Amino acid sequence: MADFIQQLVEGLGAGAIYASLALALVLIYRFTGIVNFAQGEMAMFATFIAWQLVQAGVPFWLALGATLAIAFGGGMLIERVVIRPVEGAPELALVIVTLGLFILVNAAAGWIWSFLIKDFPSPFPGGALDAGGVHLSYSTLGVLGVVAVVMGLLYILFRYTKIGLAMRAVASNPASARLLGIRVSGVLALGWGLAALVGAVSGVLVAPVLFLEPTMMGGVLIYAFAAATLGGFDSPVGAVVGGLVVGIAETLAGAYVGVIGSDLKIGVPLAVIIGVLLFRPQGLFGRAAVERA
Amino acid sequence: MSAHAFLTVEDLHAGYGAGKVLHGIGFDVAEGEICAVLGPNGAGKTTLLRALCGMIRTEGVLRLDGVALPRRRPESVARMGVAHVPEGRGTFAPLSVAENLRLGAYTRRDRAAVAEDIERVYDYFPVLRERRAQAAGSLSGGEQQMVAIGRALMSRPRLILLDEPSLGLAPLVTRELFQIVRAVNERERTTVILVEQNAHLTLEFAHRAHVLETGRVVLSGAAADIRADAQVARAYLGIEG
Ligand SMILES: Nc1ncnc2c1ncn2[C@@H]1O[C@H](COP(=O)(O)OP(=O)(O)OP(=O)(O)O)[C@@H](O)[C@H]1O
Ligand SMILES: [Mg+2]
Repeated sequence: MADFIQQLVEGLGAGAIYASLALALVLIYRFTGIVNFAQGEMAMFATFIAWQLVQAGVPFWLALGATLAIAFGGGMLIERVVIRPVEGAPELALVIVTLGLFILVNAAAGWIWSFLIKDFPSPFPGGALDAGGVHLSYSTLGVLGVVAVVMGLLYILFRYTKIGLAMRAVASNPASARLLGIRVSGVLALGWGLAALVGAVSGVLVAPVLFLEPTMMGGVLIYAFAAATLGGFDSPVGAVVGGLVVGIAETLAGAYVGVIGSDLKIGVPLAVIIGVLLFRPQGLFGRAAVERA
Repeated sequence: MSAHAFLTVEDLHAGYGAGKVLHGIGFDVAEGEICAVLGPNGAGKTTLLRALCGMIRTEGVLRLDGVALPRRRPESVARMGVAHVPEGRGTFAPLSVAENLRLGAYTRRDRAAVAEDIERVYDYFPVLRERRAQAAGSLSGGEQQMVAIGRALMSRPRLILLDEPSLGLAPLVTRELFQIVRAVNERERTTVILVEQNAHLTLEFAHRAHVLETGRVVLSGAAADIRADAQVARAYLGIEG
């Protein structure tokens, strides 16, 4: 039993990371209808920036703050420079654009920092709490805590601030929002900035677990897609729940289903994606006729 | 025409892509008046309102209180005090009624006055007070029209553009709605442009009226005169009188 709970905790820790990247995907999808394949690469790039700052002697948490600010600005810049010119283009064209962005950001990171793997410092102390035979490592607790704080801040932003309300209005009906004096293009840029920031959090959290290298986020992105699909792709709450479920499913399958083991774990998110698309295409929290009564 | 027209429209041309819809429209609206724009389906009434608020490309003169209206920037037109209640209402369906109303005041900074104005909208439309926490998309058509008008009022506009508020409403509800529009117009001195197909009822509430046909103004005059002139009413508006 303790072992099972142990696996559950590990799964939650992994799931929290998927949840944050899935959340970034969902934010952009809601505002622009774009599926941003470059989300993981943007997160990776931001993580490299954090690494560079730490290398230069900046204290970790300060480097993290600076990185999130840079990611936010970078996301807004990408919206202005790359996305705005193709606004309203057919869906396939937009997919190609974000795939192009994926390759570009990946190549840029390789060019700047090389493809050699690097150690990324963990922001959390080593060691673990012992709770009745279950090992709660500080790093897992830390990951869960950080993701919970990010969710909480986003919730406050969307629920209780004027700009958050405007963002939800734009996501719901941009033409109508403009008629009320809301500068929609500014809000869209803000959405990209916010998504880049949230994605960067996932990069910084995953880097100490894996190693930092330009291809680091490839696998995570697939898990995040599975999480977002499971959650309904336009529901932030769905992305979080989806991320946690995918993380737990992956860990349990790896631990208890003999043939899967750690090598075939990556099959779990794909199975989730296919299963959801077959049986419940709108996901668990996808938009029905009326939301949030 | 009055000496200082509040809204001036001169030789207005507009359309969608290559297709022109408005062919040189001109009329003035005086401050504080309810101005009806009537005409059959496809005459260009909705297009006229879209042109006014900058949603589509235009040629010609558009001035509000002597200031040229910005082109192709509805958010800037809105910030000049023009509130557009679009055809189909433009409800933010997943947002609550209260949130829809608060968004109407997005460009305002006076939070206390905004809170008062929300109460005032609830006084005009008591049913919205009951439903304030409900998703606006779950309301009936008439209630959503109230949300749309209430949201427009929240900006304390100088000019309200109403595009067929009667669409899908029972005649009695339409009359009530028009009475509220009249009350707003009288109490707040808000100028109103009311686009409608229901000529008979609209002329009862409007001060002046313009009739559009295939993108041109074919008739302008005091609403009462148009209503009284049976021949005109029959010829242009299909009203048997
Ligand atoms: N988005 C659009 N794209 C292209 N053409 C349009 C568009 N909207 C309207 N039109 C065309 O413009 C003309 C005028 O339409 P408009 O909607 O202004 O008419 P209307 O007077 O509001 O009619 P109704 O009473 O039916 O609402 C029509 O021929 C219509 O086909
Ligand atoms: Mg119309």
